[in-house]
Amino acid sequence: MLAVENLHSGYGRIQALHGIDLEVKQGEIVTLIGANGAGKTTLLMTICGAPRASKGRVLLDGQDITQMPMHKIAHLGLAHSPEGRRIFARMSVLENLQMGGVAGDPAHYAEDLAKVLALFPRLQERLNQRGGTLSGGEQQMLAIGRALMSRPRVLLLDEPSLGLAPLVVRHIFDLIRQINRDQGMTVFLVEQNAHHALKLAHRGYVLVNGRVTLAGTGAELLANPEIRAHYLEGGAHGETA
Amino acid sequence: MEYFIQQLINGLTLGAIYGLIAIGYTMVYGIIRMINFAHGEIYMLGAFISLIAFLVATTLGGASVAFGLLIALVSTMILTALWGWAVERLAYRPLRNAPKLAPLISAIGMSIVLQNFSQLSQGARVKPLPPLFKGGIELMHGNGFSVNLSYLQMVIMALTVVLMAVFTWVITRTSLGRAQRATEQDMKMAALLGVNTDRIISATFIMGATLAAVAGLMVTLYYGVIDFYIGFLAGIKAFTAAVLGGIGSLPGAMLGGLLIGLIEAFWSGYFSIEYKDVAVFAILVLVLLFRPTGLLGRPEVEKI
Repeated sequence: MLAVENLHSGYGRIQALHGIDLEVKQGEIVTLIGANGAGKTTLLMTICGAPRASKGRVLLDGQDITQMPMHKIAHLGLAHSPEGRRIFARMSVLENLQMGGVAGDPAHYAEDLAKVLALFPRLQERLNQRGGTLSGGEQQMLAIGRALMSRPRVLLLDEPSLGLAPLVVRHIFDLIRQINRDQGMTVFLVEQNAHHALKLAHRGYVLVNGRVTLAGTGAELLANPEIRAHYLEGGAHGETA
Repeated sequence: MEYFIQQLINGLTLGAIYGLIAIGYTMVYGIIRMINFAHGEIYMLGAFISLIAFLVATTLGGASVAFGLLIALVSTMILTALWGWAVERLAYRPLRNAPKLAPLISAIGMSIVLQNFSQLSQGARVKPLPPLFKGGIELMHGNGFSVNLSYLQMVIMALTVVLMAVFTWVITRTSLGRAQRATEQDMKMAALLGVNTDRIISATFIMGATLAAVAGLMVTLYYGVIDFYIGFLAGIKAFTAAVLGGIGSLPGAMLGGLLIGLIEAFWSGYFSIEYKDVAVFAILVLVLLFRPTGLLGRPEVEKI
């Protein structure tokens, strides 16, 4: 479904990714774990077209989208809940969700809105509130809900657990599992919270300094002693960032 | 008292015109964080186009003033919008990722180009238009002074109110306005969601130019003379209005325009007409010194 081949990218002269290869298949949850500054966010943003890849390709259903304008990529079915959530703070929750529907088919806007609000009842309660007044967890729900509004084929999630209380993190991860199971949504999840991410994901990749160093199923990676040492132990089971 | 009310009416009329121009400055600033110094020239082009369109329409379509004005209004809005679109396309879009100073210099260059273009194509002398709306109503009189509200002033204020209402509706209620606000708040996120941000920026320039065009038409009717240089002063005053209201804020631009119009009218009426521009620009300096965010502006908050 989504494939990345020998991808090089970075900001200005700083090269952040040095030839990434990975693949997300239809219906899978795939996670990419790595430390701060490993290049996780750069990878997700490069997939969406900003920054542009300096080398390599991004394929969505076999179609090369590496040089495509950002807004066209969204219309092909790639939705992104980005780092820092990037909620439109001075727009209402409803307007934020409406913006999520820009890349969707207007014919099933009402249906998609109902679906998102059923998934996140908290957003229903706050529909006319400004995005900026929501709590961190609510903003995260809004960012995911906004991404779902376009009925994407692939959902990209950038650190949905960042800055949230453990209980809220668990809730968000349950919801991701639910979206995948009930809607068959393909999910590419980038996380620092390796414990939760690997438990949730079918497969995972480990990113170190802009290179993929390990790949395997979620269970394999969870059991891997190297990963345990670097990403899990000492991190209070990965529940704190 | 009568004198005061007369100045109030004059000030509101002037303020309506400034407000319409100021919206173009504030919208463009909001969306690409750039002062479009060629916006005053867009307004000047609107004034010329409206004069030409009116003369053409009345020559071809008989002597009906109302018909001529309607044709002039519509064609001015369309043609000036095209200018606004073209200026962005040619002078600013290629510099979208350049350092911030580059589009600013480009805007100043564009302003000079448009001024000289008008001077060369239309001549340097002032162009007159005989008064079309004669008369008005006398609201009150006393102490040997009568307060008049001319029909033209009524038309200007009514048209401004209608335009601002339509414009506010577009921004707050339509999907175009929503996409504009989203692009203003976070352009990259809007693009990630599938908004063609280049097209939204074009739409913003087109809307600003359309409102400036109407202001140009109004000034042509109100003062009866225009020349290639009117865009400079009116542009800077409208810019002052936008800064006073809080640059980036739409209600601020409308409010700032009204206040600048009132300040200019009252200063001329009570102190000295020669110093009215000094009064307006003193306001600009004072606002920048003591309240750089303007009356309704938000302070720029650093993103965390």
